[in-house]
This record gives sequence, C-alpha cells and structure tokens, in this order.
Amino acid sequence: MIRDQEFLKDIASFCIENSKKLGATDVGVKVIHSVSENVSFRNKKLDESNRADSFAVNLTTYIEKKKSSINSSDLSKSNLEKLIERCIDATKITPSDENNSLPDKDLMSKEIRDLNLYDETHYPNDKKIEFLKKVEETASTDEKIVNTEAGFTENKNNFILANSNGFLGGYKTSNFSSSCVAVSRINGAMERDYEFGSKRFLQDMMNPEEIGKIAADKAIKKLGPKKIKSEKIGVIFDKRISKGILSTLASAISASAIARGTSFLKDQINSEVFPNSINIIDDPKIEKGLGSQNFDSEGVETNSLKLVENGILKNYLIDTYYGKKLNLKSNGRSGGTTNLYFENGTLSFKDLLNSEKKFLYITETIGHGGNIITGDYSVGASGYMVEDGELTYPVSEITIAGNFKEMFKNITLANDLEMKYSTNAPTLLINQMTVAGK
Amino acid sequence: MSNFFKETDIDTSQAEAIVTETLKNCDDGELYLENHKSESIVLDDNKIKSSTYNSDQGYGFRAVTGEVVAYSHSNDISKESLRKSSDNLKDTLKSKKGTYNHEIPKTNSKYYENINPIESKTFDSKIDLLKSVNNYLRSKGSIVNQVTANFLGEHKSIEIIRSDNQILKDDRPLVRFNVSVVLEKDGKKETGVYGVGGRQSYDDYLKDGSWKDVCDEAFRIANVNLESKPAPAGEMKVVLGPGWPAILIHEAIGHGLEGDFNRKKTSAFHSLMGQQVASEGVTIVDDGTLHQRRGSLTIDDEGTPTENTVLIENGILKNYMQDRLNARLMGTKSTGSGRRESYKHVVLPRMRNTMMLSGKYSQDEMISSVDKGIFAVSFGGGQVDITSGKFVFNCTEAYEINNGKIGSPIKGATLIGDGPSILKEVSLVGNDMKLDPGIGTCGKAGQGVPVGVAQPSILINKMTVGGTKL
Repeated sequence: MIRDQEFLKDIASFCIENSKKLGATDVGVKVIHSVSENVSFRNKKLDESNRADSFAVNLTTYIEKKKSSINSSDLSKSNLEKLIERCIDATKITPSDENNSLPDKDLMSKEIRDLNLYDETHYPNDKKIEFLKKVEETASTDEKIVNTEAGFTENKNNFILANSNGFLGGYKTSNFSSSCVAVSRINGAMERDYEFGSKRFLQDMMNPEEIGKIAADKAIKKLGPKKIKSEKIGVIFDKRISKGILSTLASAISASAIARGTSFLKDQINSEVFPNSINIIDDPKIEKGLGSQNFDSEGVETNSLKLVENGILKNYLIDTYYGKKLNLKSNGRSGGTTNLYFENGTLSFKDLLNSEKKFLYITETIGHGGNIITGDYSVGASGYMVEDGELTYPVSEITIAGNFKEMFKNITLANDLEMKYSTNAPTLLINQMTVAGK
Repeated sequence: MSNFFKETDIDTSQAEAIVTETLKNCDDGELYLENHKSESIVLDDNKIKSSTYNSDQGYGFRAVTGEVVAYSHSNDISKESLRKSSDNLKDTLKSKKGTYNHEIPKTNSKYYENINPIESKTFDSKIDLLKSVNNYLRSKGSIVNQVTANFLGEHKSIEIIRSDNQILKDDRPLVRFNVSVVLEKDGKKETGVYGVGGRQSYDDYLKDGSWKDVCDEAFRIANVNLESKPAPAGEMKVVLGPGWPAILIHEAIGHGLEGDFNRKKTSAFHSLMGQQVASEGVTIVDDGTLHQRRGSLTIDDEGTPTENTVLIENGILKNYMQDRLNARLMGTKSTGSGRRESYKHVVLPRMRNTMMLSGKYSQDEMISSVDKGIFAVSFGGGQVDITSGKFVFNCTEAYEINNGKIGSPIKGATLIGDGPSILKEVSLVGNDMKLDPGIGTCGKAGQGVPVGVAQPSILINKMTVGGTKL
C-alpha cells in the first residue's frame, strides 16, 4: 500500500544532503508515491483492470541564482546519486537569473491542518465491479442506448515537499471517481454523453444508479440534433462547462502571463472586469475539497483569496519567481488555483432560462479555441435551443465565438452552484455571442 | 538477453518464466519494459527559464483474454513487484480461459538510428542556440514583445517479453525544437509559433543556420496575424494549404478509423467498410515506415513491425488501424498500430503518419474557383467526437477569399465539420502533397503519442467557419 511519510522524508533528505555536498546553495525536492486502481466495464462486462504503483522525485538545485531540475521514477540511491550529479553539472553551466530562488522563509506554511483529504478505505476490485454493474444496468435500460462504458478509479497519494531552508511537509490524499459514457442511436446516427463524479471519500460518492441514469438520459436527449442558422444570440453554459470561464480567467491572471505581458487582462488589476454583482473566490482550505491544499507546490502558505470582488479584479495568482518579477509576494499559487468558484448569482436556473424568449444552451464544447493573449474565443459546440424557458431541440455542428473581455462583462449567474470539481461555476448566461451554423 | 535486469534482484530467464506462467491461460499479453530519458530546455522572457532532465524506467505487465485487459505497471523492476503484478493479472482473469497467440511478424527494417539526441549535442551549445534565437528575433525590432524557444529531446528504449521467451527491442530518438514569438503593434498583440522535429539529432534540423528559418516562419505568422480582421461566421468554401492542415484528416476521419472504436461500434464509421466515404480522388494512408519521421516506428508497442496501411483508396474505405487485441476480435491482422504513451499506459490502436496523397490540381486553380470562402494555411490543434463524427480545428493563419483572390488575413477561428461527410465535400485534391514539420502530438484516452500528418492542398465545398462576423 501507500508508503509512509518516513520513507519519503528519508529520500527527500538524501537528495538535499547530496546536492549540498556537490555544491548546491539551495535545494527544493518533492517525493511522491501514488497507487491507483482502475476497473472499467463495457456493455455490462469487465473490460479492463489496471493497477499503477508509481514513485517520483522532482529535484531542483540552485547555485546562487543558477537553477536546474531533474525528475526520476527510480528511487534507488545509486540512481539518485547519478542524477544529482547530472543536475549539479547542468546547474553550473545554466545562465543565472536574478529571480531564481526558494520562497521567502516567512511565507512558508507553518502548520499542516487536517483538511480531511484522505480516506484510507480500500474498495476492493470485486466491489468496484458490483458498483459498475449497477451503473451500466441503469444506463442501458432504454433500448435507444446501444453502448455503455463505465469506470471506477481509486487513487491514494502521499508526498513530501522539502527545501534546504528547513521546510518539510506533506500529507496523504485520496480520490474515488466513477464515470459512465452512454451511446444512443436512432436511424443509424449516434450521440454520446456522460456523467462523472469524483470525491475524496468513498462514502460521499454519487450512487451508481444516478451516474448511469444521468449519462443515458443525456445521450438520448441529444439524438437527432439540428444545425441552426448563424446568428447573434444569448448563450447559456451548462454547469459542466461554465467552469471553463474560470479556468480561462485563472490562466489570464497567472503571474507568469501578467509578467510576460501575454494576457488580455494585463494592467487590469483593480479594474472592473466582470459585472459588479460577481465575486470569484479561490479557497484552498475547504474540508474534503478536490482542490484543497495546505501549501502550494513551493511550500508557501496558501489562504483563501478573493480574485474578483464586486466585478473588480483584486488579485493575481502569484508564485515566487514571477512574484519577484512583478515586485509582489507569492500568495501561494505556484501550481495554480485550488478550489476556484463563482459565488452564486441571484436567478434560479428556471428564471435564467426564462429571462429572454430564445437562447442557445451549450452542454459541450470541443477544440482549444481560447487565446489568452488576445482574448479571442471560438470553439465547436453542441447543446439545445431554449424557447420560452424550455429546452426544445438538440443542436450540433455549430461554433460559438466572442472575445473574453466582452464575454466576462456580459455574464449573468444562476444560483445553482455545486462543488463537484475543483473549479466550479453555476449555470451562466453570456449575452450576445456569435453562433456560426448553416 | 534483456538490458533491464542488470541492477535488480531478477534475471532475464526468471522474468521470462513469470511472463510465461502468468499468460499461460491468456489469449495475449506481454511484459513491456521501458527506459525513457528526456530533457527540456526553455528560454523565455530573455532568460533560460528552465532546464530539466527526466529519467524514468518501469514495466507494464499485460494479460488479455477475450475482450478483457488486465494491466499492472510499476517503476520498481524487482522480483516482488513482478510477482505482485502477476497475481493481480491472474486474479482479474481467473474465470477466463484463452489460447496464447504466439504469432508475431519479424522485421529487419529500421526507420531511425539508435542515437541519443540529448547526449549528441552539448548542453552549452543548446543554451547558446536558444540565446541566438532570442537575439535574432529581438533584432527584428521593438515590435517583438516576447520570445520563447525550447528544446525537447528524448531517447526511449523498449523491450517486449512475450510468453515464448521472445524479446523484441526498439530504441527511439525523438526531438522537437519550437519557437514562439509575440509581436505588439498599435496596442494589438499576436503570436506566431513554428517548430521542427523528428527521430534524428537536433543538428539534423538546425544546422547551417536553418534554425533561422524556424524563427522567420514564427515571425511571419505573427506579423500576418497583426493585420488580421474578424473572421466570418457561417458555411462557406474552404481551401486548405498543404502539410500541417492535414490535422483535418487526422481528426475528421483518422480517429474514426481506429480499430477499437469500430469493434465497439462507437465510431461513426463502424458500418461503412467497403463503402464510398470520400470523393473519388481521395486516397488516405497511415504510414509508420517513413524514415526519421515523428510518427514512424520500427515496431509498435506490442512488437508488431509497422507498415503503410491504406485506409481510404479512391474514396472507398479499405482498412481500420489495428492493434493485436482489436484485430483478433475483428478477425483481422494488426497493422502495427498498437501504441502507448509509456509503460504506465495500456496499448491502443493509434495513428502514425496519416497522409492524404496528391491529386492533380494546383492550389491556384482551387483559389480561383472560390467566390467567397477562406484559405487556411496553418492550424493550432483539433478535436473530434468519435460517435457523432463532429470535429473541429483551430486556424492560426488564414485569409479570406473574395472572387477567386486571396484577401486579408483573418483572426484565428474554429472550423467545424462532420467526419463521415466532410471527405465527400472535397471537390479538388492538389498536386502538392507536403509532410508537416514534425511537431504533432495526438491525445487519446489521456495518452499522448507523437504523430505526423501530410496532405496536398484541398478544396472543401462547404464547412462551417466559427468567426464573429455575420
């Protein structure tokens, strides 16, 4: 099973000591062990069983302001000695950069709070199989469903993060997740949809029947889509994809994008970026949170941050390196956001759908059509037409396009926020996007 | 003899015995061993941003019976770990009984040399070249706002131990060199990206100042985009340039012709074998045998020699791409398309170098035949929904066409189409087939593998362009 802290600490210390012996002035190291067990089903039969047992060491050595890194999966001391030597050799001849350094000592995390991120329960494969049988039985009750796939994954992780300034911390985390993909068919044409859930604790998981039913219902509902005419129209983003707006924001306000000048939100700090009703929060200390953490990937203490308050951009996501470039202190966001979410809006889901006569409701986007530098956005989409508050027919083979700067200012939030992922948003409406179809 | 057990508590014959014993009641399976060294050196914002060396080694032990795959992987190559994996596999398949298929074709061909690109160029000279790239691009004027350049090099050694003590080996070099430049003019910023690579040493791509060509191309694309105006929205004619735009082929039909999706009947193509799926002049192959190309393999990750597989011949669907598992279940042979990202991943049928072959028309003929449409020269990336067949890709360099003439550049836009019908909309196939520069990575089921694409210019009668201008 998962190796304990002492085992990982021993390797971390070995790396730090040996690096210093060879001339490193500073050292940062992370040692990780993870065990993952996955079972997947297809059409009510076992399809695949997969067990993974992985170690990793990530080491960064500094000689004054010079820096280099190595990663390895082989924890044997003879291998590590060789790699440390290689790392030091590379460090010596890498040009120095005045911003290279370990984080300031006073910013480091001082205590590790138990955020309830680890469930030691082991769910044996036989149980996973029973769970998946239920998922698929529920998913395949309707004869329009011609294919089902379901999977169950259990992950256990333990890690130690340490540096030569005396920081040393780590803890165990776990994840239990299950998914179902259903394929529906009518008149020879097929559609696919899914449901997915992930929790820190086994007991909190969605029940299997629910997962199967949602996937099947969604796949059936998508059958017989139409392509609509090109037009400007209000677009509603389903909760499964509305969180993507927050991921875009996170990329655009990362200290790296700001410092490099490659963000459409550069120079927008303390300016109105969203309507004044909108608040966006990144909170790492949520109990059982999928994005929760005690400290960031450099060991810096991380606390809840209001990124956007009353529509105004209040904070960037700052790590040590780019913080120095921007003359700002790290706010514990090396490695990105934690549990990122929009605070709920005021409209109910129903009221949002009824707020105009006609909307396009998007449940899925495909493609990578967001440009963080210009803010231009264009992706493939599928979903439904909404007329007089009702989902009337499925729509596909269209694109939606706009520019994030304008899209952000035209957001209306529903009040149906759920903490299902690490980044979460309620259903949201963006007024006036360009839809390209026929 | 295997090279993987030297510093372990187990030798080749003991490992072979565990493999044979574990797989005795299985249809197929193997012990896959991998040693992977890679480096990444990045210059960004006038500084060497990072230099990283990765060393990874491990095994993936697979047992297959019927449709069921049992897989166990670890980076601990030891007797205890292999035994534990073996128990795990046997436990998963305890109620199944299969007959091991010993047949695996042999090859003497080699499509790349066993060199280690990381060691064949000194660290110093890589750093110097990155600095030269930065200086060269920044010397083009204050319009240059940001320069990023990086080396990615790797060397992968694999061994496949099958149940009858057969050991199949391959050593695979791979490099990629990328340049990205951001230009700023009149408050407007745009990016240009270009890269080169394949299964050779860095210097094969960069010598004699050819790295400057990579910089110039990135600069040119960014410059074009600075002049871009909003892209149109709606259905129109699309001319695709040769080379890299073939990711259209990769997304629109390549994924749909992978064996697993067709065995499972989840591909929009599963009932179309032998039927007309493209216009008559269209022939598409997936070729793993091109020398030193990014998507080429001497043997695939199951040990099968790769080949040049004809997928569509003159518009007729001829073959799917197969790994051993899907080939067995569909009553056909592996096409040498069984690939995995690493020992941590199960084998899936994947593309290698997917190519549409040349026809007889010139690009000029295509453009002059279009009243209103767009001319797409370069793309960022794409994605497909296998089941509905809908696919997208993002233009990174495109122009409007008005009355048979190329007009202004247009902003990046997504193009969307329907895989099974798009190739019937191809009305002209160009005579200018070109390979891509060697930068593609294909993602499927969370696994990334290097691939190539190629095509001539083509004219598509109707596609939806996802711009903002109605």
